[in-house]
Amino acid sequence: MARNVKSRRRPAGRKTSIRARPLPPLPVREKAHLRLRVNGETLEVACAPHKTLLEVVREDLGLTGTKHGCELGECGTCTVLIEGRPQLSCLVLALECEDRPIVTVEGLAEGARPHPLQTAFAELGAAQCGYCTPGILCAASALLDGNPAPTRQQIREALSGNLCRCTGYIKIFEAVELAARRLKDPGAQPDEETLYGRRV
Amino acid sequence: MAAASRGPGGAAARPGDRGLRVVGTPVRKVDGLSKCAGVTKFADDIVLPRMLFCKLLRAPVPHARIVRVDTSKASKMPGVFAVLTGRDLPIPFGILPVSQDEHALCPDRVRFVGDPVAAVAAVDEDAAFDAMNAIAVEYEPLEPILSIEKAIATPSPRIHDYGDEGNIHKRVALEFGDVDRAFRESDEIFEDVLFYEGNTHLAMEQHAAVAAVDPDGKVTVWSSTQTPHYVHRALAKVLEMSPAHVRVIACPNGGGFGGKSDPFNHEIVVARLSQMTGRPVKITLTREEVFYCHRGRHPVLMSIRTGVNRNGRIRAMDFKSYLDGGGYGSYGVASTYYTGALQTVTYQVETYRFQGARVFTNKPPCGPKRGHGTPQPRFALEVQMDKIAERLRIDPADLRLRHLVPPDSLTTNFMRVGSMGLGKCIEAVVAGSGWKEKFGRLPHGKGVGLACSSYICGAGLPIYWNNMPHTGVQLKLDRGGGVAAFCGEIDIGQGSDTVLAQVVAEVLGIDPYDIRIVFGDTDLTPVDLGSYSSRVTLMMGNAAIQAAERARELLAKAAAEKLGVPVEQVGFGGRRVFDVSDPGRGMAFAEAVVLAEAKFGTLGTVGSYTPPPSAARYKGAGVGPSPAYSYSAAVVELDVDPCTGWIRVERVHLAHDVGRSINPVLVVGQIEGSVYMGLGEALMEEQVFRANRNGVHKNPSLLEYKSPTTMEMPDVVSYIIEDPDPNGPFGAKEVGQGPLLPIPPAVVNAVHDAIGVRIDEVPVTPEKILRALDSPAKRFGPKGVPSLRWPEPIRVAPPGDGGAGRPVEAAPADRGTRR
Repeated sequence: MARNVKSRRRPAGRKTSIRARPLPPLPVREKAHLRLRVNGETLEVACAPHKTLLEVVREDLGLTGTKHGCELGECGTCTVLIEGRPQLSCLVLALECEDRPIVTVEGLAEGARPHPLQTAFAELGAAQCGYCTPGILCAASALLDGNPAPTRQQIREALSGNLCRCTGYIKIFEAVELAARRLKDPGAQPDEETLYGRRV
Repeated sequence: MAAASRGPGGAAARPGDRGLRVVGTPVRKVDGLSKCAGVTKFADDIVLPRMLFCKLLRAPVPHARIVRVDTSKASKMPGVFAVLTGRDLPIPFGILPVSQDEHALCPDRVRFVGDPVAAVAAVDEDAAFDAMNAIAVEYEPLEPILSIEKAIATPSPRIHDYGDEGNIHKRVALEFGDVDRAFRESDEIFEDVLFYEGNTHLAMEQHAAVAAVDPDGKVTVWSSTQTPHYVHRALAKVLEMSPAHVRVIACPNGGGFGGKSDPFNHEIVVARLSQMTGRPVKITLTREEVFYCHRGRHPVLMSIRTGVNRNGRIRAMDFKSYLDGGGYGSYGVASTYYTGALQTVTYQVETYRFQGARVFTNKPPCGPKRGHGTPQPRFALEVQMDKIAERLRIDPADLRLRHLVPPDSLTTNFMRVGSMGLGKCIEAVVAGSGWKEKFGRLPHGKGVGLACSSYICGAGLPIYWNNMPHTGVQLKLDRGGGVAAFCGEIDIGQGSDTVLAQVVAEVLGIDPYDIRIVFGDTDLTPVDLGSYSSRVTLMMGNAAIQAAERARELLAKAAAEKLGVPVEQVGFGGRRVFDVSDPGRGMAFAEAVVLAEAKFGTLGTVGSYTPPPSAARYKGAGVGPSPAYSYSAAVVELDVDPCTGWIRVERVHLAHDVGRSINPVLVVGQIEGSVYMGLGEALMEEQVFRANRNGVHKNPSLLEYKSPTTMEMPDVVSYIIEDPDPNGPFGAKEVGQGPLLPIPPAVVNAVHDAIGVRIDEVPVTPEKILRALDSPAKRFGPKGVPSLRWPEPIRVAPPGDGGAGRPVEAAPADRGTRR
C-alpha cells in the first residue's frame, strides 16, 4: 500500500507557509530488473514491468534521441533496431528485449564518425524539424544493411511506416540514395537538381 | 565595399551582389548533424530533478455549463501533489488582443470535446492519469452547434458572450471601386460556390512544456512553441506576474506549421502547478490531445462571382467566405481577413468586394495553418479561373499571364507589390511539364492542372499594437573569431537558424559554422515575434544584416588603421580581413576582432527590423500588407480511375519566386514539403466531427487521420525563380508557405482535365469523384451559401481611381488599421 513519508518536507515555494507539510502518499511501483544491450553496451535497468522499450530507452536510459509521435504504433517515429530489424519501440515491452541487441539513433555513429546516412540527411536537408529523423535513420540503416543499392521504390517501401510532415519524403529518398552511393564511392556528390532544383 | 552603403533592409542597394559567398549556397543546416545524431533537445526531452508530471482532464461533451468539479478524491490519491481547476486561473488570454476568450482551464463552460477542465500534477504519469480520472465533473448540457449553417441559424445559446451577433464571431465587408457597375459592364459573369474542408497541422512532435520555479519565485517555461514572445505575454498576464520574472525558452519544434503559434492552456497550467508545488512540472500531450489543440485550417464555404470581359480580363470580383471557427477566437479575426486579402495580389482585379464571416462552433478552435486563410480562397479563385478559361477558350496558363500584377505597384486593395516573378513561374512550369502538349490532349483518365498563388513575407503589422521592431538580432564577437548571434526566432524545421548564420557569415566574411546561434529565449534574446506568417527570413535576415554591418564597421575601422588604408578599402572574406586592392595584405578575422576590441572595448552590436508603413489605411487593412510577396505556379500531372475514383498523382511541377534563395537546398525542401502538405489537403486530410455522436472527433489518431506516406508522394520538380525584392535580405522572400497554395486547385483542375468532372470541394475523395460522374452536372460541391446580414462595406477607392487607401467616407484622422 501507499506509504506516507512524513519525514520529508515540501520545498519552500512561493507563498508556502513555513510549517512543514507532508508529502502526499507515494504510489508503490513494482519494478522489474532488466539487462538490456543497447548500442553495444550492457545496461541494467529497474523499471515498472509494463514500460515499453520506448519509455525505458528515453526515461530510464536517458537516450532521448528516440522520439514518439503517437505511442500507438501508427507513425514510425519511435523506430529502433532490435536484432538488426526496425521495430516500433512504443509497441514492444522492455521486458521482451532482454539480451537482444538494440540500436537507437545514438548508436548509429561509429565513435565520433557519423553514419553515412546521418551525414547525407544533414547535407540535403532531409532532416527539417528532425523529429521523425531518428526513426527514419534506423529504418534506412536496416535497409542499407540488407540492400546496399536500393531502388527508389525499395526505399519508399522500407520507409512506408514512417511519417514525416516536413519534407514530403523526397529529400529523405535522395539522402538514402546518396548514402548508398557513398558506400561504394565515399566521394559521391549529390545531384545538382537535389541541391538547386531544376534549372529554368 | 562600404558597410554604410545602405540602411536596414536596403538589400537591393548592396554592391557586389554577384560576389556572394555564403548566401545562395546549399550549406548544410547548422543544426543538421545534431538532429541526425538525435542530440537536439525537444521540449519532451527535458528532464529536471524532482520533476512532476501533469495531465489535463478534458471535456467529453461539446457544449455545456460546468455545474460542479469535485477534486476531493483525486487530490488524496497516491503521488498527487496538486490539482487545479478553472477557478485557480480566472484571467482570460488569447493570441489576439480582440479575442482574449480562453482560460487555462474552463471556469464555467466547455465549448468543445477536449476543452480542458482540470489538471493534476503527480509523481509520475500513471499517478497523474489515475488522479485525472478520479475528478468528477457535473455538466449541464447546452445545445451543440457543429456547422456554419447552424451557427448562423442559431443565435442562442451563444458560445461566447462577445462577437458581432449571436454565434457570428466576426463579420467584415470591404469594397474597392464600383463593383456593381463593373459587373454590369462585364461580358460574362461566373458564379461558383465551393467548400474547403478543415484539416490540421499534424506535426510529428506532440506539444510539450516544462515549467520550473526558482527559489526566488521566477518561473521558466520550456515549450514547443513557435511564438515564445506571445507565450511570455500570456503567462505574465494569467499568472499576474511581472514579465521580468517569467522566462520562456522555445525548444526546437518538431514541426509547427502554425499549430504551435498560440499560447496554450497546458503552458499556463504547468507554470501554475510548478508555483504551487515548488517543483518542475512537465506535460506532454497525447496525440489525441494534439487534435484538440488544433488551431488548424478553417473549414471555409465560399461564393465567388467574377465578371470578365471577352478577352478574360477580370473587371469585378465579389468574394464571400464563411469560416467555421470552432470554439475560440485564436487568430480567427486575422484568418477571416486573410480569406479576402490576397486575391488582388495574385491577379489584377479592377474592382473587388470581400465579405467574410467567422462563426463559433463547438469544435476545437481553428487558427493558422501553413498558408493561413489563403489556401481556401486560392482554391476557389483558381478553380474558377479554370472554368473561365474553358468557357472563353483561352489556355489556362495564358489566361493567368494576362492578369499579372505589375512589379512595384499598388493593388486594388492597396497592397504594395515589389518584385513579382509570377510570369516566370508560369513559364517555368508550362515549359517544364510540357503543358502545351498535354493540357486537353491526354487520354481519358489522365490530366494536367495548373494553378498559381502569392503569399506574404511576414505581416506588416504586429499582432498587438506597438511601434517597436518586429525582430532584433544581437551579435557578440569573441576574441577567438567566433560570433554568437542572439535572436528570439525559433527553428521549426524551416532552417531559420541556418539563415541567420548564413546572413551574418556573409556580411562578416566568416564561415556559417563559426557562428553560435542563441534562439527563442525571452531572457537572453532580443524579441522576434515568432516563426509564423513567413516572416523570419525577411525580417530576421534584415535585422541580422544591420547587426552584422555595424560589427563590420567596427572591425573595418580597426583593421584600416593597422593596414594603413581607408576604411572603404577593407574587405572581408575567407575568415580574413584584408586590403581589397591587395588581398594578400590583411589579417585573420580573429585578429581584427582583437584590434577592434582593444580600440572600442567589448564588441557587440544589434540590428532590428520594422516593416515599411502600409499604403492601406482602412479598417481591416491590418491583414494583407507585407514587406514583399512571393509567387508560385504549379502544374499537377495525375490519373484518375473512372471506375473507382482513385487518384494517383504522378508528378508535380512547382516554380516559386523566392526573390533570392539564401540556401537553395532548403528552398527546394520547403517547396517539396509544401507540395506534400498541399496534396494531403487536396486528397485526404480532414479534421471532421460526428454531429450525431455529440461532436466527437472522427479521426483523432495518426492512423485514422489520413496523410500521405512515402507510397503516395509523387515526384516533385522544383524550379527556383529569383526576382530579388528591394525589401528582402539580399532580395530574399518567403518559401515556407506559398508553394502549398496552388496545389489543391491544381489537383482539382487536373481531375477535370482527366475525366471532365468539377469537384468544387476538397479533399477530393474517390467517393466525390464517383458522385460527380453520376450527377447530371458532372459536379460535386456545395449548393449554396447561407443568407447572412452583412454590414455596410467599408468603401475604398482603388489607386487607379485616385484613392489614397482610406475609406471614402472616413475622416482623414481615422487610422483604424489595427487588427
